[in-house]
Parts: sequence; C-alpha cells; structure tokens
Amino acid sequence: MSLKQFIQELRDRKELAKSGGGEKAMQKQKAMGKLSARQRITSILDKESFQEYDMFVEHAARDFDMENKVLHGDGVIIGTGTIYGEPVCIYAQDFTVAGGSLGLMHSRKICKIMDHALKMRIPLIGINDSGGARIQEGVNSLAGYGEIFYRNTMSSGVIPQISVILGPCAGGAVYSPALTDFVFVVENISKMFITGPSVIKTVLGEDYTMEEIGGAKVHCQISGNAHFFAENEQQCFEQIKKLISYIPRNNSKKAKSIEPKLPKLKKKLEDIVPVNPKLPYDMRELIMAVADNSDFFEVMEEFAANIVIGFGRMNGETVGFVANQPMVLAGVLDCDSSDKAARFIRFCNAFNIPLITLEDMPGYLPGIDQEHMGVIRHGAKVLYAYCEANVPKITVIIRKAYGGGYIAMNSRHMRADFVFAWPTAEIAVMGPEGAANIVFKKEIESAEDPEAMRQSKIKEYKEKFANPYVAASKGYVDEVIEPAETRSRLLHALEVSKDKFAYRPEKKHGIPPF
Amino acid sequence: MDNEKLESFRVYIAEYKTKLTKKFRERKKWTPPNPNHILAVIPGTILDILVKKNQHVKEGEILLILEAMKMENRVIMPFDGTVTSINVTKGETVPKKHIMVEITPD
Repeated sequence: MSLKQFIQELRDRKELAKSGGGEKAMQKQKAMGKLSARQRITSILDKESFQEYDMFVEHAARDFDMENKVLHGDGVIIGTGTIYGEPVCIYAQDFTVAGGSLGLMHSRKICKIMDHALKMRIPLIGINDSGGARIQEGVNSLAGYGEIFYRNTMSSGVIPQISVILGPCAGGAVYSPALTDFVFVVENISKMFITGPSVIKTVLGEDYTMEEIGGAKVHCQISGNAHFFAENEQQCFEQIKKLISYIPRNNSKKAKSIEPKLPKLKKKLEDIVPVNPKLPYDMRELIMAVADNSDFFEVMEEFAANIVIGFGRMNGETVGFVANQPMVLAGVLDCDSSDKAARFIRFCNAFNIPLITLEDMPGYLPGIDQEHMGVIRHGAKVLYAYCEANVPKITVIIRKAYGGGYIAMNSRHMRADFVFAWPTAEIAVMGPEGAANIVFKKEIESAEDPEAMRQSKIKEYKEKFANPYVAASKGYVDEVIEPAETRSRLLHALEVSKDKFAYRPEKKHGIPPF
Repeated sequence: MDNEKLESFRVYIAEYKTKLTKKFRERKKWTPPNPNHILAVIPGTILDILVKKNQHVKEGEILLILEAMKMENRVIMPFDGTVTSINVTKGETVPKKHIMVEITPD
C-alpha cells in the first residue's frame, strides 16, 4: 500500500464524518431555515481559520441496539479558529446526527474544547441545536450535562462564554447557556424551555406552542434569558462577531482598541434632552452622541427597556454604558431592570471594561407587584454590582436622580471615580412634588388655598433643592458641566483612570443577593 | 421622537410622559388572599375527596388529596369549620390557585 492510499483512506474517512446525519437529514435542516453545524461554525469564524478536532469520535451507547449504529462525530463538532484574528474555541451540535442528542462522547468532546478554552484563556462559543439527553445512554447523558455546567462555572469571569441557540435547547440543556455570559437567539429557530408543550399538556392540560413557551421573542422580551435577537442565522453571526470585537479574550486582558473616531451623530446634546423632567427622550441617542463613531452595541434591547445597557468605545477603547431610559416606564428601576443592569456591570468589571453611567431616573417603580416580586433584593443587586466593581466608574447625572435611585446609579457613595452633573440635574431625596407635600404639609393644609400653597411650595423646593448644586456643595458631584462638555470630560476621566487600583478586602467570594 | 404613543405614567406623585411595556401592562393585579378559600398550590389532579358539603371538619383533618409531580399531597383543614362548597370532582385536573373548597370557620 503506498502512502497515497493511506492519505486517500484518511480523506474518505473525513468525508464520511463530514456527511453528518446524511443527505436527507441535511435537507430537512435546510428546509427549516437552518444552516448545517459546520456551515454555522465557518460563517462565524474568519475564512479558512477553522480547525476541527475529534472528528472520528464514536458514541458509547451499548444498549437498545445503539451499538450497531454509527453517529458521525457523535453529533457535535468542536474546534478552534479566529474572529477578526482573535482566537476562539467553538463547538456546534449537529441536529442531523441523532437529533444532536447528548451522550457520553458528545459531552466529552464539548468538555475537551471547554477545557482548552479555559487553559488557553480564549473565548468559548457554543452553538446549541439538540433534542436533549440521549435517553439510550441514561445517566451518562446526565453526567455529561453536569460536566459541562461545572466547566461553565469554572470559566465564568475568566473567559467570555457565548451561547448561540439555533434549534431546540430543552430541559437540563438550557442551564449551560444560562450559565454563560451572552445568549444569542434567532426568530422561529431558537426554542428554550425546561418543560415543553407535551409535559405542560400532560400535567396541566394546557395547550401552548413551543414558540409561546420559549421562542426567541419570549426570551428577549419577557424572561430575559437571551441577550441578542436576530431575524436569521446570518444576522446572528454578525452580532457574535461584533460582540467579540468589543470584549477582551480573557480577564487579564483589555479589549482590543481601535482607531478613535468622533461621534457621527452631530445632534447637540442639549437638543436631545427636554428641560421639562417629565418629558421623555431616547437615551440611546445621548449615548450615540458621546460614543466613538456613534457606535452603540446594545445588549438586551427589548427586555426591561427602562434601562439601557451595551458596549461602545471612547477614544478607541471599549466601555460599558448603563443608562436609564426615560422613554420607557419613565426610566424607573424595577426588578427586571435591576437584574439586567447588575449582571452587565459584573460582566464589565470581570473583563476590565470601564463603566459609564448616564442617569435620569425618578426612582423605583412603586407597586405591590414589584414589592412581592422582590424589588428589594433585585434592586440590591445594582448596589452590590456597582460597589463591587473596581474598573473605572464614571457617572453623568443628566436630569433626575431621586432617592434610592440616586444612590444606586453609581453615585459617589458607591465609589464612582468621577461624578458629573448637567445643570439640569435634580439630585434630591425625592421629586419636588412629593417632597413639598411632606416638608410643607402643615403650611399646605392650613392655607386658605391649599392648591396654590402647594404649587408655591413645590416651586420653592424645586429652586432650593432640585438642582445639582446642593450635591456639588458637599462634593458628592465633582463638577457641574455643560452638556457639550460631556464627551471631553468622559474622555479625560477615562484617560486618567487607566491604571486605577481600588483595594478590595480579600475574600473567597462575596454573597450578592442572587 | 414618536410622541403619539406616549402615555401618562405616575411615579409617586409626579406624572411622566413615557412608553409602557407589554410586560408592565399585562402584570397581574394582586388581591388579598381569602382564608376561607382552599386553593390548589400546584396544578394537579384531584385523587380523592374526603369531606362532604356542610360537613363540620376539625383543624388538621384531610379535605382532599391533590396529586401533582408524582406526589400525593394531603390538603388539610386550616381551622375548625364547615365545608360550604366543594368545587372539584374526583379525577379532575385543576390549575394553580384554583378554588377547590370553600369553608367557614366556627
């Protein structure tokens, strides 16, 4: 046998492995608007950069006649590659092979690439498209999930972990994405749930579709389990690449910086924000007016839209923006928005991304439903996350900063490094109306015309306290600035904070109010 | 800016113009619990009913068995009283918070 024959045999074997679940299954996958597992990987990675491993792994099921079946690659593809030259580890479940079901060897392949990602300290991207545990492999499948969860947890905060849901992801399988930093979903393709339609039907006798229980929209708008929504797979891949460009490869590095650019949005900042604090504006416009090239990559756009989070760049370097959104629910803090902001702050802190907070909020959302849902412990997450963060933290108070919300939104007291306020800022224990009603209760009640007295007292309170100068007089605000100065002040503050060192007491870990 | 969709939204005493979210709009109204209503704490199936209408029942006695998640849950009388109404039948599947039995205290 010549060497050529050996090479030919290898090529044949590879070709066979690449055929996945066969032509018919591949066609079915395509008909659902889904790419094949290999196509997905190559669409995300730089051209020609994908290197595959464990192509010849065979499954380990020895019961129920499974021993006579061949499952190419055991239903998952693993490898390494680059995105804009940055190295990543990647795996993709192949639905065409036994429904992408997870058995012992399938999970060992995933664990191999996860171990590699942690050891090499590079991001991990997992593409999920699986019917769930391979029932024929029994407890070995469960063990497989457990091993993955353990690695997700060990890697958390060391390397960025990205989950892409491109098919069903049900039962225990959903917990791996839930443990990772960012979850990407695609309309009509992604389905995530713990109990599916058939279980709900059996137990409760209620009929729901998979889409209603855990479709892409549900997780982006209601549950908050997903961070990025796309209309098709290609759009999703572009989002993943964009995210990778904003974040560092591990927690000891900074995100790559790029050529600094001036904001494209030329609208004047003072023209974006109405002076009347009761009128809304789109906070994202304000972010775009200060960020490099007006690029703002929003995270969790539709979930708890009363707070806006996302990545941008200042002087070419990645920053994380956290900003109240007066356009939605007046920008109040509530359970969902607290949860959303806190997790993002912790991601930025773990990966050395400075935080810029833009504040315009009237307080916490009042209501018995909020109280019963635990707005105390959820709200506390924001406090915890800000206090704990030791990356550069800068706050700009645009208009309202009332009560507990003022403290929570990266105030001086949470150890903000720089606190700026616009002259329109109202930093007070509560809104002028509420405060006047309490402070001047007697005067208002005993007045001949209580309403006129109320209005005059509101005005008085407003002039005296609803401004940035009381807080500035105590040094809680470092400087009251003109709106047009916002970007240059932020740039300078970031510049001088580059080598920030903030002491934190040694501990095993804190106990945030999860 | 799309001013047409803006609505009034009250936070404490001040009224703001803003947009409301679907989730906020669809939030459930809270009602104080009625101690005379025995609710299903979990969706399940009524396996057995051990009391009858107008029967006097002592605190701690079993009213019915609600099977859910492979567990036969005993639903217990919370205080001495009388069964005024039984709203379920044997074998019936009930959703969470379904009023299964109504009682009045002594």
